[in-house]
Amino acid sequence: MALTQEAVLAGIKEIVEEVAGIPAASIEMNKNFTNDLDVDSLSMVEVVVAAEERFGVKIPDDQVSELATVGDAVNFIVKASA
Amino acid sequence: MIHANAPTHSRIVSVGGYQPSRVVPNSEIVDRIDSTDEWIQQRTGIESRRFAAKDEGVIDMAQAACEQALSRANLTIADIDTVIVATITYPFQAPSAATALTARLGNPKAAAFDINAACAGFCYGVGMASDFVKSGTSKKVLVVGVEKLTDFTDPDDRATAFIFADGAGAVIIGASETPQIGPTVWGSDADSREAIVMEPSWNEFRNDAQGIKWPNIAQQGQAVFRWAVYSVSKAAIRALEAAGVKPEQLDAFIPHQANSRIIETMAKEIGLPEKVIIAQDIRTSGNTSAASVPLAMAALLETHPELHGGLALLIGYGAGLVYAGQVVQLPPVASKS
Repeated sequence: MALTQEAVLAGIKEIVEEVAGIPAASIEMNKNFTNDLDVDSLSMVEVVVAAEERFGVKIPDDQVSELATVGDAVNFIVKASA
Repeated sequence: MIHANAPTHSRIVSVGGYQPSRVVPNSEIVDRIDSTDEWIQQRTGIESRRFAAKDEGVIDMAQAACEQALSRANLTIADIDTVIVATITYPFQAPSAATALTARLGNPKAAAFDINAACAGFCYGVGMASDFVKSGTSKKVLVVGVEKLTDFTDPDDRATAFIFADGAGAVIIGASETPQIGPTVWGSDADSREAIVMEPSWNEFRNDAQGIKWPNIAQQGQAVFRWAVYSVSKAAIRALEAAGVKPEQLDAFIPHQANSRIIETMAKEIGLPEKVIIAQDIRTSGNTSAASVPLAMAALLETHPELHGGLALLIGYGAGLVYAGQVVQLPPVASKS
């Protein structure tokens, strides 16, 4: 069964808070990981691996750089889980 | 029936290191790649690195590291019967760096060959040397990791210019009454060869030298980070298991010095307790590929002399992608001659 956008966003908030120390409250769909949340390229890999484990999806290396915003990541995971 | 008459165990007898004298801080690198000292330190932990002089080659640096290792073991090159050099930056395809080195050191009769396993080369060499000693093929082996990466790094490449550096490290491996080198856990992820490459090929360069750049190292940072932290860490855990050593029994963790963030995250993944001292030679040495593990070992024993004789987990990983790791007992304090 596909995951809901709300469920994935809630999970991503927890992961980003855990990996990068960004308060979950400031993490929204339109936030850019690099420019708004200061999640650098290596922390992004940690976020991606944690998301893979949590949601049971595969996010290939060549996709990681495409995930610019929180919304990009949430939508990718929702689609991948369908 | 073959009579082997071989010793049962092997050990690291001594370690030596050599770094070029020129210290290159981030401030000297940043202008060409539009970066900052802060950015480089945050991403890699590197504050400064050493660059070899123009006329200082791979063999010069290797010689200095080997002479220190020999002197610390109270041995001479005549005592060495096998020389293994791990490098990807010796500028001759043949004959090998190892034959040039053993001739330079004064023993042109030793068995000598090079390993191309990039940043894992030193740990590949330690594994082979240990097995050569245990099988009776060799009595004392020099294993050298040496690189002059500045010859193959594009100073304008924003992804690599601040990472790579030069240096050499060497160990002597000989027989032991007790097991002091655990089994080597090694392997490759050869479907990911494109993650770290030195390109173009010599043929492409020769055929179109006008339009094609000199071969340089390029890497996909995120892919390498993910592989190192989440795959190589599992190999490190297997190396501990193969040696029958628990994380809490370790005194030191000496991984390839690729990036301090990789080192820290790897330590977390392996589950190393806080008391284990983690080599962070990357800060002042940069990434010296095959030289990084023995250089970090030598540096750690200088700053933490209490680690002599302690248990350390070594793990190398790099272009291939390839990896190798083993648990070793660090060499004793240098014997007085």
